[in-house]
Amino acid sequence: MAIRWGNYYPTPFYDELIRVRNKPRNAAQDLCDYLKQLSDSEISEFKTASTTAIQVMGITFTVYTEEEGSIDRAWPFDIIPRIIPRKEWEQVEEGLKQRVKALNMFINDLYNEQQVVKDNIIPESILEHSKNFLPECRGITPPHGIWAHICGSDLVRDENGTIYVLEDNLRVPSGVSYMLENRHVMKRVFPDMFEKYNILPIDDYPSQLYDMLSDMSPRKVEQPEIVVLTPGIFNSAYFEHAYLAQQMGAELVVGSDLVVDEDDIVYMRTVEGLSRVDVVYRRIDDAFLDPEAFKEDSMLGVPGLLRAWKAGNVGLVNAPGAGVADDKVVYAFVPDLIRYYLNEEPLIPNVPTYKCINKDERDYVIDNIEKMVVKPANESGGYGMLIGPHATKAEREKFVRLIRRDPRNYVAQPMLLLSTAPTLIDTKVEPRHLDLRPFILSGKHTSVTMGGLTRVAMRKGSTVVNSSQGGGSKDTWIVDTEEN
Amino acid sequence: MLSRVANHIYWLARYLERAENTARLVQVNTHLLLDLPKDITLGWEPIVDILSFRETFHERYETADEKSIIKFVVSDPLNPGSIINCLANAKENARIIREIIPSEAWELINNLFATAKEDSQSVLTRRHRFKCLEKIVSGNQTITGLMGGTMNRDVGYSFLRLGRHLERADMTTRIIDVRSASLLPDISGKLSAFENIQWMSVLKSLTAYQMYRQEMRLRISREDILEFLLKRDIFPRSISHSIKQLIKCAGELPKSQPVKEKVVKVSKELEKLDTRDLKQEKLHTFIDDLQTSLIKIHNAINETYF
Repeated sequence: MAIRWGNYYPTPFYDELIRVRNKPRNAAQDLCDYLKQLSDSEISEFKTASTTAIQVMGITFTVYTEEEGSIDRAWPFDIIPRIIPRKEWEQVEEGLKQRVKALNMFINDLYNEQQVVKDNIIPESILEHSKNFLPECRGITPPHGIWAHICGSDLVRDENGTIYVLEDNLRVPSGVSYMLENRHVMKRVFPDMFEKYNILPIDDYPSQLYDMLSDMSPRKVEQPEIVVLTPGIFNSAYFEHAYLAQQMGAELVVGSDLVVDEDDIVYMRTVEGLSRVDVVYRRIDDAFLDPEAFKEDSMLGVPGLLRAWKAGNVGLVNAPGAGVADDKVVYAFVPDLIRYYLNEEPLIPNVPTYKCINKDERDYVIDNIEKMVVKPANESGGYGMLIGPHATKAEREKFVRLIRRDPRNYVAQPMLLLSTAPTLIDTKVEPRHLDLRPFILSGKHTSVTMGGLTRVAMRKGSTVVNSSQGGGSKDTWIVDTEEN
Repeated sequence: MLSRVANHIYWLARYLERAENTARLVQVNTHLLLDLPKDITLGWEPIVDILSFRETFHERYETADEKSIIKFVVSDPLNPGSIINCLANAKENARIIREIIPSEAWELINNLFATAKEDSQSVLTRRHRFKCLEKIVSGNQTITGLMGGTMNRDVGYSFLRLGRHLERADMTTRIIDVRSASLLPDISGKLSAFENIQWMSVLKSLTAYQMYRQEMRLRISREDILEFLLKRDIFPRSISHSIKQLIKCAGELPKSQPVKEKVVKVSKELEKLDTRDLKQEKLHTFIDDLQTSLIKIHNAINETYF
């Protein structure tokens, strides 16, 4: 008997599967019973089967090294799923829809009337110093008023079990392909469990994505030409770009495949000649999107793309400039934005966030710097952060200086005790910290993935879930339990 | 189909075919050496001429001995035309169009590159060389078979065959050229006694010996071999076969007039050709002209589609 739940101690954190030692949560009971009766060799067998499946399916992320060129690496996958009861998930789903709706209204407002600034909900200085605000987009309202068609919001759970939004990714959020492929792996490896549980399916994401993209076509044609624009094979998310294009039956293109003519229409170069493109699902950052409008030396983009979009001749997903709301300082205002635009109370709370731009809050952060996680406004992937409790005195002092010099650029949050879930380490289970990234699609309708991508920090005690820094992933099951 | 994707498919096929045929080229020269009497010092240097890499070679190596040449042609990562680089380029092209070609083909290409890399030392010794080069030849044959057995017959497949046959035609001319004036100047003297043996090794390096025997008369003769390798489209590695395939592939593509015109021109020249006229120097000139025409076909493809 390899897995002994009696040896598993989740405290002091909230554990996703185990309530208290030896007592699984209701929804996880069957899973834990099943795992308990597996022998060591069966567990290794499942592990090998999942590794093989990942290799065969070619699920990789790309790491580029000088020496060997590009290498595809498999992302560590844990075979023990994370389970969330459907009832709980439905509330999260509502909360995410509410949040993204407000965010889209906010972005549209910023690029048009800026009522939110005039009404003093957001200080003007935030807008003035926003790196991701694109003045080129002023006066535009994209179809349905949607800027962030695809949003990946990171959710975390604290020690009391409360779910918070940690951040919203509104630029080019990635990870959805791993969510889809993780499920395929689990179906291959654990078909028994799928009989025991009523697990809600996630497979329709590519078709929902396709439908949403079709809705963004300026030409009302039966089959609009949709392309996925990738920076190329050296991008770490290239696998995902290729995967989504393939799943949707869309062309996977790089910048040089597209051309914008004098007529402000986007074409792709095919062996038959130029062929019109209706919607571009771009996986390139704003700055590199169009050398004519932004970074002149961008080799990845398409000159004139912004011009074509402004003329209403092509759908761009996500819209350029949507990243203005993908800013750690704006994040702090999201609960206010929900109240302002929707006249509703936020259904999912923010992690308590101190805005260094306000003097009181700034003083509090500086006085308590050793307890704080300090984040710069516009970095992603965990760069440029201070983890107060783990930092040296010199590092803390450096951040105090940085905050004083440019308070608008920093927010701070108390150190969160992230929830854990049992994770297979060799043939034993140990608690590991995790988060959850659901994806929200907004077009004519809004939809949320059933669950999302659960990322796990595979190193003991670590809360860093990024794939580049020792993170792994799990399948996420939204289950319909009897008591629902 | 995207022009860029078509371009990658075309080059994938060219690089694979080039790797295979370079392996065949080294194979034929190794065999020639074994067949010749000891006192005839047949150089390896002409190999780099045939592959048009003389300057690159001399930049990197001092002497044109067997080991240096084999290393340069087979496993030197700094020679853009080495087998290892052809396979690396094939792999990079395949990688970009991974979702277009069958995934098994991607795996085979990946493996072929890995095997060639592993073998890059042992190929330098004559004892292991045959086996190593054979792996490259049969590796490409497997990939070709797999693609033929699993790919949709769409324009992508036409570009694949276009690349393959253009490269094959080019490389077959180079393999024949091994036997032309620049390689063996002493044709009237001592060497002539070995002439047939040498031509036989050319046939063998193209896996053409058996097919030649079935199609032509029993005796090995220079004219018949040239006739077979240049003009008989019954044999899939003959120039004429490749040219016919190019005409066919071009016919499957849109806007192919400029390409077709150039291929048909080569086809007509081949028809007119009498191989008995191809004495040593003339053979070399004919092959030079043929190679120029093939470059023109490539340029036409490039301008029309990519």
